[in-house]
Amino acid sequence: MGSWNYQKDISGCGLSGIINKNGERIKGDSIICSIACQHDRGNGLGGGFAAYGIYPDFKDYYAIHIMADNLNALHAAEDFLTQTVSIVHQEKIPTRPNKYITDPPILRRYFVEPSKDSGTACRWPGLSDDDYIVRVVMSVNREVSGAYIFSSGKNMGAFKGVGFPEDVADFYRLDEYAGYIWTAHNRFPTNTPGWWGGAHPFTILDWSIVHNGEISSYGINKRYLEMFGYHCTLLTDTEVVAYLLDLLIRKQGLPIEIACKVFAPPFWQEIDRMDEETKKLLTAIRMVYGSAMLNGPFAVLFAYNGGLVGLNDRIKLRPLVAATKGDTVYMASEESAIRAICPDPEKVWAPKAGEPVIATMNKSTSTAKKQARLGPACARAW
Amino acid sequence: MEINAQGIYYKDLNNIIRKAVGNGEKKFILRNVNGQRYIADGISKKISMEVYGVPGQDLGAFMKGPHVVLHGNAQDGVGNTMDDGKIVVEGMAGDVVGYGMRGGRIHIKGDVGYRVGIHMKSYQDKIPVIVIGGKAGDFLGEYMAGGVIILLGMFSLDATKPIAGIFMGTGMHGGVIYVRGEVDPHQLGFGLIPRELDSKDQKNLKMCLKEYCDDLNIDLRKVLSVPFKKVVPFSHRPYGNMYAY
Repeated sequence: MGSWNYQKDISGCGLSGIINKNGERIKGDSIICSIACQHDRGNGLGGGFAAYGIYPDFKDYYAIHIMADNLNALHAAEDFLTQTVSIVHQEKIPTRPNKYITDPPILRRYFVEPSKDSGTACRWPGLSDDDYIVRVVMSVNREVSGAYIFSSGKNMGAFKGVGFPEDVADFYRLDEYAGYIWTAHNRFPTNTPGWWGGAHPFTILDWSIVHNGEISSYGINKRYLEMFGYHCTLLTDTEVVAYLLDLLIRKQGLPIEIACKVFAPPFWQEIDRMDEETKKLLTAIRMVYGSAMLNGPFAVLFAYNGGLVGLNDRIKLRPLVAATKGDTVYMASEESAIRAICPDPEKVWAPKAGEPVIATMNKSTSTAKKQARLGPACARAW
Repeated sequence: MEINAQGIYYKDLNNIIRKAVGNGEKKFILRNVNGQRYIADGISKKISMEVYGVPGQDLGAFMKGPHVVLHGNAQDGVGNTMDDGKIVVEGMAGDVVGYGMRGGRIHIKGDVGYRVGIHMKSYQDKIPVIVIGGKAGDFLGEYMAGGVIILLGMFSLDATKPIAGIFMGTGMHGGVIYVRGEVDPHQLGFGLIPRELDSKDQKNLKMCLKEYCDDLNIDLRKVLSVPFKKVVPFSHRPYGNMYAY
């Protein structure tokens, strides 16, 4: 444009998520189209996706995705896996060449279950399967130099890397997958490096999170998590949220609504105006979980096998829009990203700051199973 | 000039528009817009533009003259630092509408997001006006230094929520916010209270609302059938003593 040559990229990360509450699987093309509509929210230094319902043939096994810098690192991680879990199937994560995706790490996936009953092979006796797998992930990510487990849930997977999300999707051949929940992220890294492990989503078990913003409470959140055996290794603030979800919701049995109030509690001045019972509850949450509160601007989408949740910080410093059509719920940074794949939604709205949009599966087996799983954990926690 | 914007990258779309404006084109119709940023930004000619779809961020930023009518919802940053002209949005709009706005008008039929009208300013006869037919989020008119914000709360998607969020007018030191009906003092920034309108306010309000209602085909009498309250700065320098004891 003539002499006008203003080269600064003005941007923020982009998010998109879709859930079909009946469990009908949606092809990858949809989420790719939606996140690509927000191309200019990122800068090519990170893109990623989480997909649920993609491994029906191995749905009862934990799907471990590993990225390794080199063969030595991969073999070290594999050695660790063979010592701790039974691998029922393993393969290269399918990829295709994409000219914009350069220097990818070695990518493999393993469908596993804890080696619990085979005597010496059980590294951590007495743990639940989920806790055991969390230990496996933490151990590999901390102890094996150059190898990272970046996905570890059942019947779901994270796919991420350095590049724009549409190129990352092409690289991972996500058009060949179908899932009933998808989330996507277009990254514009600000404070931390744009590397493969630092792309979103961040995951642990079937929890996955994509985030636009900045968790300025990262330090205190990270130290809090260390007390419960979670260790941050991926050099990006968002990682703490994945582990906080696992700790608060799976381990301690908090309902999702309450966990969201931990992350984005109302101001004290708002709490003062609430009825006595709510005031007591929210005061307790702020007192008990002060170290799990997320400070700083954020819009996040997090998912698990039973649903998709969108949440903003309490003063809405990042955008988030939601929409519904039939049994499908959409959430994204921009309304246009939703309309790109659903031109005529029944309802479109901008969620209120600090108030989660929770879309859970209609009475499906996964929800029932999730609740069953929460039961005993809840009893233990309290 | 009519443009089918479907699948056109925002830079290409804006290049087409700017080139046509440069060639003297006065009237634009943009169809199938979805997510293209910066539409009508910085244009200083008196063109008219009708937009169908959902344009991307910063619709009409820095513009000085155009009359933009959006038949749909807007995203964030509508009329960012706008200088003159008018933007009419027939749907709702996102966050930071009219950020740092210094002239012209923004008329929105539905709800708006957070931080609308923050840092608005005025100088002599340049008095920006934002009229919101729906409800607003937190921080409406924060740090406002001039201009007029009118909040009606009439055409909201959510009948249950309050007309505005909290921290309305925090740190304002100029301008005025008119609210149709009541606004609870707890929703206002530190030191502010809802006040009654005087005859000058009434005249100003009616003039602004007449144009708004004409643009959006709304019954002015119905809008004016409920009394308004106003929020004005309690001091020209609300933070003057903050660091000086």
